[in-house]
Amino acid sequence: MRPELVCPAGTPAALRTAVDAGADAVYCGFQNATNARNFPGLNFTPDELAQGVEYAHARGTKVLLAVNSFPTAGRFGLWRDAVDMGARFGVDAVIVADIGVAAYVAEHRPDLRLHLSVQAAASSPEAIRYYVREFGVKRVVLPRILTIPEIKEVKSEIPCEIETFIFGNHGLMVEGRCSLTNYATGLSTNMDGVCSPAAQVHYDKEPDGSVATRLGDFTIDRFGPDEQAGYPTICKGRYLAPNRDDAYYAFEEPVSLNLARLLPQLIEAGVEAFKIEGRQRSRAYVRQVVGAFRTAVDQVLAGQEPELADLVALTEGQKQTQGAAASKKWR
Amino acid sequence: MAVDMTGNLTLGPILYHWDTDQKRDFYARIADEAPVDTVYLGEVICSKRTPFFDAHLPEVIDRLERGGKQVVLASLSEVVIRRERKMMQDFCATDSHEIELNNTAGLYDIDGRRHRVGPLMNVYNEATLKWLADKGATHVTLPNEVPGTVAGKMAQAAADLGVGIEVQVFGRASLAVSARCYHARAHCRTKDNCLFVCEEDPDGMPLTTVTGQPFLMVNGIQTLSQSYVSLIDEIGAMQDMGITHFRVMPQVADMVAVTQIFAKRIAGDIDGDEGAAHLAALDLAAPLSNGFWHGREGHRRFGPQAA
Repeated sequence: MRPELVCPAGTPAALRTAVDAGADAVYCGFQNATNARNFPGLNFTPDELAQGVEYAHARGTKVLLAVNSFPTAGRFGLWRDAVDMGARFGVDAVIVADIGVAAYVAEHRPDLRLHLSVQAAASSPEAIRYYVREFGVKRVVLPRILTIPEIKEVKSEIPCEIETFIFGNHGLMVEGRCSLTNYATGLSTNMDGVCSPAAQVHYDKEPDGSVATRLGDFTIDRFGPDEQAGYPTICKGRYLAPNRDDAYYAFEEPVSLNLARLLPQLIEAGVEAFKIEGRQRSRAYVRQVVGAFRTAVDQVLAGQEPELADLVALTEGQKQTQGAAASKKWR
Repeated sequence: MAVDMTGNLTLGPILYHWDTDQKRDFYARIADEAPVDTVYLGEVICSKRTPFFDAHLPEVIDRLERGGKQVVLASLSEVVIRRERKMMQDFCATDSHEIELNNTAGLYDIDGRRHRVGPLMNVYNEATLKWLADKGATHVTLPNEVPGTVAGKMAQAAADLGVGIEVQVFGRASLAVSARCYHARAHCRTKDNCLFVCEEDPDGMPLTTVTGQPFLMVNGIQTLSQSYVSLIDEIGAMQDMGITHFRVMPQVADMVAVTQIFAKRIAGDIDGDEGAAHLAALDLAAPLSNGFWHGREGHRRFGPQAA
């Protein structure tokens, strides 16, 4: 079967760009805490979403609405409204993580297709089958921690479609189970849809020209005068530990995930959809990445050797990895 | 020392890899001296660690029960590989004791039978709580980051459903779990070849910022706060809003003394200031924090006027 290319739409302009570049589906969210990329300047007003759905559908592209953060008691109405608006505008699926939200969709919007967000942290066939059995989930977005043989095995044991990340952030923390940002900033990834909020990011220039990057009160990394200072994300920082001589990447190195070379194997493993991350990225980036993956996926499906130079070039100068998919050496 | 209990004090599972003798001694002392009603037992963090303690589990359960404690068995939080999936299935077949689930795979396996839901599951709202209660959950421990304003609403909803609601009031906050072992990584090993290096750090491995500021603690695949959460000031408000159970997490500290302080506070024998003074006198290894409860940065500590 032909796998879907699922592309990021952080803004209405990025949605149009992704659709025009050949996305089979785009995913997006509202401008509030109901989705896990609640950043200033990103996401859609209700009107913009309605227009976005119209634009995408006119060109044969699906729209998936991310309602994938966790409502806290007393705020459930905001998530319910997001689901209801999505249904009214005709989105093709909602991507959810919270059990209460999933239950709401299953009960009140039985015709609305449900996808399980990576934020639900369903990393075993049993966890996935739970959401299928209870809420009729049709597709699960797999965590970025499985090898290709493991993906194949999961696929053989679950009665729903799978979507895997092929490009973007590389992280091994269990998504939807992380409150590191909240510990440092008072804003929660799960409850507010915020990871490493820009308003609390500081670049402190030291007298020797080095730059310390800080999130809230905590220094996340320090860069020499000739180094490019990276954005301070707690799980990508360098820290000191008793048995280490120098600061080291205690969790992981700041690398990008790029599974372009594994596309044929992923298709063979039965993956129904490939997800490209980057709702916070520019239109130019979306155009390039979506276009390059469109070409590569079509070439693989036509039995040709995919042209990967463009994709590799996208992360040039940046370290990249095939992450967990290629092997478990990282464990 | 006898303490008149008017609330429910619980002792959470040991999250770290303590050696077997240390665990047995610890629980023997808890059985005899700690004024807790319930003790959660089991390996929550790493499936590789479980064989060490499993052989002694019946003996420890017996010791705790003879000390008048209710024992609840706690499940793994990460279930990925075949062995872990099988462990969860077997765990869910337990009929001798109440069990606490910490992974959704358990919700599948338990299939509607009675269970508790642990703090590493995401129960943030009334709709999720109701769904789980309708499917056999009798008791829920809220995630660490849930603020008091939300906990109050959850306590109300839980009371309507007849479900117990528990909040961690002492010990490091769990902040993240991962597919990767960060203890092994720090020692340039892999998870499969870790040689149980985590055993060297019974209170976690500290991560300090490059400017020398204490920040996080590593415990295998888990990352915790460096600070110990303490809601000693907030206990009264928590009782008022209907929180039914208060969880103390084992740390490398005089845990009998810690549980005695919280038990007295719950019973109303001491106020928050006295409780805080007693805790300070224990010379704990980490500063105290209560920011999450106040809807602020988790690492911060707010004074009694904030309670």
